[in-house]
Amino acid sequence: MIISVASGKGGTGKTTIATYLAVTCGEDVGFLDCDVEEPNAHLFIQPDIHGVETVYTPVPQVDMDKCTLCGKCTEICQFNAIAVLGEIVLPFPELCHSCGGCMAVCPEGAITETGRELGVIESGSRDGIGFVHGKLRIGEAMAPPLIRKVRENMKPDITTIIDAPPGTSCPVIAAMKGVDFVLLVTEPTPFGLYDLKLAVGAVKLLEIPCGLVINRSDMGDRRVYAYAASEGVPILMEIPFDRKFAEAYSRGEMLIDGEGGWKSRFQVLYDQIRALVRQQASA
Amino acid sequence: MKIAVSSTGTDLDSPIDPRFGRAPYLVVVDPQTLHFEVVDNSANMNAAKGAGIQAAASVSQKGAKALLTGYCGPKAFQALTAAGIKVANDVSGTVRDAVASYNDGRLSFADNPNVDGHW
Repeated sequence: MIISVASGKGGTGKTTIATYLAVTCGEDVGFLDCDVEEPNAHLFIQPDIHGVETVYTPVPQVDMDKCTLCGKCTEICQFNAIAVLGEIVLPFPELCHSCGGCMAVCPEGAITETGRELGVIESGSRDGIGFVHGKLRIGEAMAPPLIRKVRENMKPDITTIIDAPPGTSCPVIAAMKGVDFVLLVTEPTPFGLYDLKLAVGAVKLLEIPCGLVINRSDMGDRRVYAYAASEGVPILMEIPFDRKFAEAYSRGEMLIDGEGGWKSRFQVLYDQIRALVRQQASA
Repeated sequence: MKIAVSSTGTDLDSPIDPRFGRAPYLVVVDPQTLHFEVVDNSANMNAAKGAGIQAAASVSQKGAKALLTGYCGPKAFQALTAAGIKVANDVSGTVRDAVASYNDGRLSFADNPNVDGHW
């Protein structure tokens, strides 16, 4: 089972929910932090990192001894990432989306692949949690290929929890596509509601079952609840604002074994998700 | 020898468009005879990325050896330099004015781009 924790709005508590789920579910789990622009889950899970891998994406390089300046490579490129300029062909690797089109159409075989660094993937573990996260190279514009590489580290036989980036664009889709369940985290404010609608729209487009956690549930208004009811999105958990929770968070700690009964509450959440996924599978 | 000018319109009396990559037209002029050719750059105006690179390739294909424009970003500058095209930035007025300034030697050519990307 693969669960993506996503939100639309940033700062709703995705990482908090995802890490608590992983720590409390009582099974060995894989945890993938796919918020590669700003991965933070390691601050709470505190894994021992034992693997670091640099990830590259293929970009073209041109052998000018073979090139006849025919321009077929520039015609196929949808991103203006390769240009015929006078007597040379100049690739712009930072614009390249690694489709391989230029290499495929070059009649002279003048184009080969070299690499542009996307970032690094670090993997480790802590107390039954297999942890992997991606760190996008500063200045790199394309997160999805790095996110897909992080997801390649998934183990098929255990539950995987993905901490998705905020928003609803390509990186989020890369972190949600093909998963069994999306757990959306929101807050009952106009801002939370607006972005939740966008996130629900994206999840429905992907035809993935989803459920909702309402964080800071005693603030704001009831419009998120009305919206969830009208869309048929089940509310699986409500977390009222709690200063102790926020204080633990500010120290990078988790309230697992202390007061508040968080461990059993998250176990209930996990069981609910598992039941919904089973229900979907048998439907 | 021909020179290219980023333009809002299709003749010599059109005002210069200060943007290079996203100018609607590029006017390629012979500065001696004032014979000119208009390159429709509108496909580039809405390009998500790399508009300047494509515009530079167009200028290069037309055989221009210099570009007169308002602002030139880093990728366009790199592409133009690779093609051996000199760039004069901060040019204003009409295309005709710009060519006259060029003929009078009143334009200086840049060593660097004068704006950031996605300007």
